[in-house]
Amino acid sequence: MTPEELLYSRTHEWVRLETDPTGTKIATVGLSAFALQQLTDLVYVDLPEVGRQVTAGEPLGEIESVKAVSDLFSPVDGEIIEVNTELTRRLDTLGSDPYQAGWFVKIKISDESGLADLLDYAAYQKQCEAESTDTR
Amino acid sequence: MPLTDLNLLHTPLYDWHVAHGGRMVDFAGWWMPQQYTSIIEEHVASRTAVGIADISHMGRLRIEGPGAAVFLAELLTRRVADLALDQVRYSLVTNEQGGILDDVLVGYYHNSHGQPFYVVVVNAVNRRKIIDWVHAHLPTERAEAPGEEVICTDLTRLWAMFAIQGPRSVELVQPLVDVDLHSMRYYNGAQVGILHPAAQRQGGIITRTGYTGEDGFELSVGATVALGIWEVLMELGRPLGIVSTGLGARDTLRLEAGMPLYGHELSEDINPFQAGLDYACYLVGYDFPGRDALKALQQQPLDKTRIGLELVGQPGTSGRVGRQGCRIIADGRVIGQITSGSYSPTLKRPIAMGYVPPHFAQPGTELQIDIRGRLEPARVVKLPFYRGSKKGPRT
Repeated sequence: MTPEELLYSRTHEWVRLETDPTGTKIATVGLSAFALQQLTDLVYVDLPEVGRQVTAGEPLGEIESVKAVSDLFSPVDGEIIEVNTELTRRLDTLGSDPYQAGWFVKIKISDESGLADLLDYAAYQKQCEAESTDTR
Repeated sequence: MPLTDLNLLHTPLYDWHVAHGGRMVDFAGWWMPQQYTSIIEEHVASRTAVGIADISHMGRLRIEGPGAAVFLAELLTRRVADLALDQVRYSLVTNEQGGILDDVLVGYYHNSHGQPFYVVVVNAVNRRKIIDWVHAHLPTERAEAPGEEVICTDLTRLWAMFAIQGPRSVELVQPLVDVDLHSMRYYNGAQVGILHPAAQRQGGIITRTGYTGEDGFELSVGATVALGIWEVLMELGRPLGIVSTGLGARDTLRLEAGMPLYGHELSEDINPFQAGLDYACYLVGYDFPGRDALKALQQQPLDKTRIGLELVGQPGTSGRVGRQGCRIIADGRVIGQITSGSYSPTLKRPIAMGYVPPHFAQPGTELQIDIRGRLEPARVVKLPFYRGSKKGPRT
């Protein structure tokens, strides 16, 4: 999927939705290229354990840059079913391939009603433009 | 953007920073670049080649007049009356309780007429406070004895200052100045002519000093010619691998060098002995504010001391970073706080400075840091974390 086909949280996580054979919705979550470019100098990602319950809008991990630590927020309600452990050793993946190899976690969605709060690409682009003009 | 931002000061290089992608932040009331591209790249360039930073926000006070030497001796913790011409010395300014008001560099120079003057470089965040402190201690003009006059002038906005830091600093700056930099010793300086039309025949002051642990210089030039000289340095530096560096790299460089920063390791609630700055206190000479308090403190055992910490992390990754305000834990008890912490681009792991009671300060001591509610292992290490390139000839 291209960035144009993904959904986004207001806190810059991207979400790729898939349906598994049992009909359950799975969200793959990462961080947008815009957010990564704002952060720069990433040195560490702290990701949750498989099995942890997460809530939309609540922190699920941390991303550490030289300058500061930022929370990674869960864009959906559900349970962590897979964690990209490779990423913690290969942070450069985030810069080179943020939307494929740079995924953080997969979440089995427990409540789909929250998905309506996510932004499509056009709406997310607008938010990024607004944030860019805020900083000079 | 809030209207109050319009009150932030611009250095003479503000437009250059913006045009070159500087991420501008409010630092002590100035618009300053935090970084241009990557803090790590800017840091590494300063360690391996040469970095140049605009530090025109640093406060610079000129103190002159026949009473200047004694006035400064009675204001600063360090001896200054014996400074040789063109020599620079690190000193503290303390309050009556011995708390640190600022840490400063004092340089002693003669102008072109042979009249002596001192330049005191103060932290941007303390400039107003120190100016007020100086004025509070100046004799009023009426009470001044003839032959003891002291004049204090704030030069900050008249002079730009650049920090040129890294092993290739001499190579970069030498073609531009009319003194021999190879023979200039660490913590010495000179008034120089600048050998380029961009300087419009103005001179400057250069000192072999810095805040990175590397060899390098701090160069002061007139605000009106600063941009031109900066651009010449960038051009001359291109084949040497010069990178313009922001406050982010300045912070990681000084942290690796184990240098304290006001507002982090230093404050009015910290005394020089806790900070490990005993060498900056000369208690048997002139009487300065805080001298008696410091004499008393010197007789007492330390309640806390400044240490370096390395975070252990997990193999193959850097691990979480302990930052200012994180609590330091031993045996389940809070024993201190981190005052500065960052990822170290040179050591490739998180490092920090903080204060703990002396019996936890031995290198090798295993402690823990409470990082946002989770404890991470850390080890006390000797400061500095990193020693840089050789800084001029030995005496």
